[in-house]
Amino acid sequence: MTVERGYAFDSGFCPQQFTRALARRVTVADTPLQITGREDKAEEKITVVGVIVNAAKGAVADVQDYALLCGRTLYAIFTPPYYLQDILQQMDNIGAGSLPIILLSGFFIGAVMVLQTGSQFTRFGQSSLTGDVVAIALVRELGPSLTGLLVTGRCATGIASELGSMLVTEQVDAMRAMGTDPIRKLVAPRAIATLLTLPLLTAMTDFMGLIGGCVASVFSLQLTAVEFWRRAIDALVFSDLMQGFTKPMFFAFILATIGCYKGLTVRGGTQGVGRATTQAAVLSSVMIIVADAFLTKVALYLADKLF
Amino acid sequence: MLSVPSSSEHNPAITFDNVRIGFDEGDILRGVSFEVQERETLVLLGETGTGKTLSLKLAAGLLQPTQGTIRVLGQELSSMKERELLEFRRHIGFVFQEGALFDSMTVGDNVAYRLLEDRVKDDEIEPRVLEVLRFVELEHTVDLLPSELSGGMRRRVSIARALINQPPIVLYDSPTAGLDPVTSQTIITLILRLRDVYGVTALLATQRLQDGFALANFRFDPATKRVVHSVSNGNAAAGAKMAATRFLVLREGEVYFEGGQEELAGTKDDYLKRFLV
Repeated sequence: MTVERGYAFDSGFCPQQFTRALARRVTVADTPLQITGREDKAEEKITVVGVIVNAAKGAVADVQDYALLCGRTLYAIFTPPYYLQDILQQMDNIGAGSLPIILLSGFFIGAVMVLQTGSQFTRFGQSSLTGDVVAIALVRELGPSLTGLLVTGRCATGIASELGSMLVTEQVDAMRAMGTDPIRKLVAPRAIATLLTLPLLTAMTDFMGLIGGCVASVFSLQLTAVEFWRRAIDALVFSDLMQGFTKPMFFAFILATIGCYKGLTVRGGTQGVGRATTQAAVLSSVMIIVADAFLTKVALYLADKLF
Repeated sequence: MLSVPSSSEHNPAITFDNVRIGFDEGDILRGVSFEVQERETLVLLGETGTGKTLSLKLAAGLLQPTQGTIRVLGQELSSMKERELLEFRRHIGFVFQEGALFDSMTVGDNVAYRLLEDRVKDDEIEPRVLEVLRFVELEHTVDLLPSELSGGMRRRVSIARALINQPPIVLYDSPTAGLDPVTSQTIITLILRLRDVYGVTALLATQRLQDGFALANFRFDPATKRVVHSVSNGNAAAGAKMAATRFLVLREGEVYFEGGQEELAGTKDDYLKRFLV
């Protein structure tokens, strides 16, 4: 088995994975009743090395197609025409729809953070430092990554399954046949909506986290609410906020593009849609965590230099 | 009403020239060449997997061949960028096998899709949508969702959606697949009316020979507004006003037979006879 690449499959817009996904439904197996005189395919030897090499080639092809999709999405985000209606609808789905889980989770994360760190600080008689630590941890790290992971779990799966179902019912083809660019109509609105709403959701998480922390510290650390808030707010500096609100933008782009990529490269009918949905959730969660590590390093370096 | 400019017969609307396309499993089309004249209907026949749907997608520019050229309406598709192709597809109507309606939009929005994309004014959209739904006799479904329609009705809506811009070329992918005989007749009658009233050039992929024969043997009489048996397909005088219907049989990725209805019906070839059973 060879992974064929070549300009022929890339119709200038449709990466090979898309066209392969579209065409795969066309081929059919020979049956004994079908007397077509087709040649038998030669039996190929399967070796371990062969399997690994093919898997590697497939992975490289995937990365290439994903990069192509990201490039075209960025181009579609910064150039007209825009589908404003679709953008607003996606902002409603992704932003407003994720709000309940964000608020709830944020509150309890803040409470847990206070309980865990507070118990350590109390040993040294410095329980009032809890406010500082929790605020910094929330705004710099926990807020962005937790929001990213929660929204990924909810939205990347939804995006992948929606686009995958559209692909297997030929709706994406129908869109192209009628002269609409699926990247502009399907992918870009979701990317723009996520880019705009994820920082806002992160802000909500941070805020609810501080409230939860405040409640926890009042009831279990015997701090006053005023003390907690004052120390929490005073501990934050501008670079923390910069870090805490640019990370979500990267996470948003990762989330949207991986969800759309998995959805648009579905193969194998409804089973494929299920597989793509799972892979979208797993892959985007992992990529968010990996990106978080790199972004944190870059942000801390920049904070040193610039702020 | 669409009036196709009457150009010379030597200016085919669709030309496939030694087209080859294949994927990981091998070539599916291996050097296919044919021409479709304007106002003509070409019926593509063949077993499953012989590349009928692929040929339609190639003609619409949705896929690119690995070899060979495709000319549609005088433009060569393989040398066009996707943006030009998107523009070009406005002149093509494509009817997908399962209808491929957008299931989150109403029937009216589905049919109006292309007009909405072109940002036509709202008050102009509605009468055009109703007119084309009237043509497929589904005016009353304009506010329903596709999931509330039967299979045949969905097919007809998808034909209406392809027609909204009055394209000169319509590509049908198994329009009667999976439908009962009565509904199939309704669809074929629609295709007949499109051919004879609007003069569209059509490429129709199907596995059912009776659909092709129905198209060849019947015509829509605008005077009586009924489908009548056509006297003869080859008669020059009667056939002058009538669009021709030709057949193309694909086998193993190559053109196995190309010709008119009488040739196909009277063939002595064993393989073709199996089709006629």
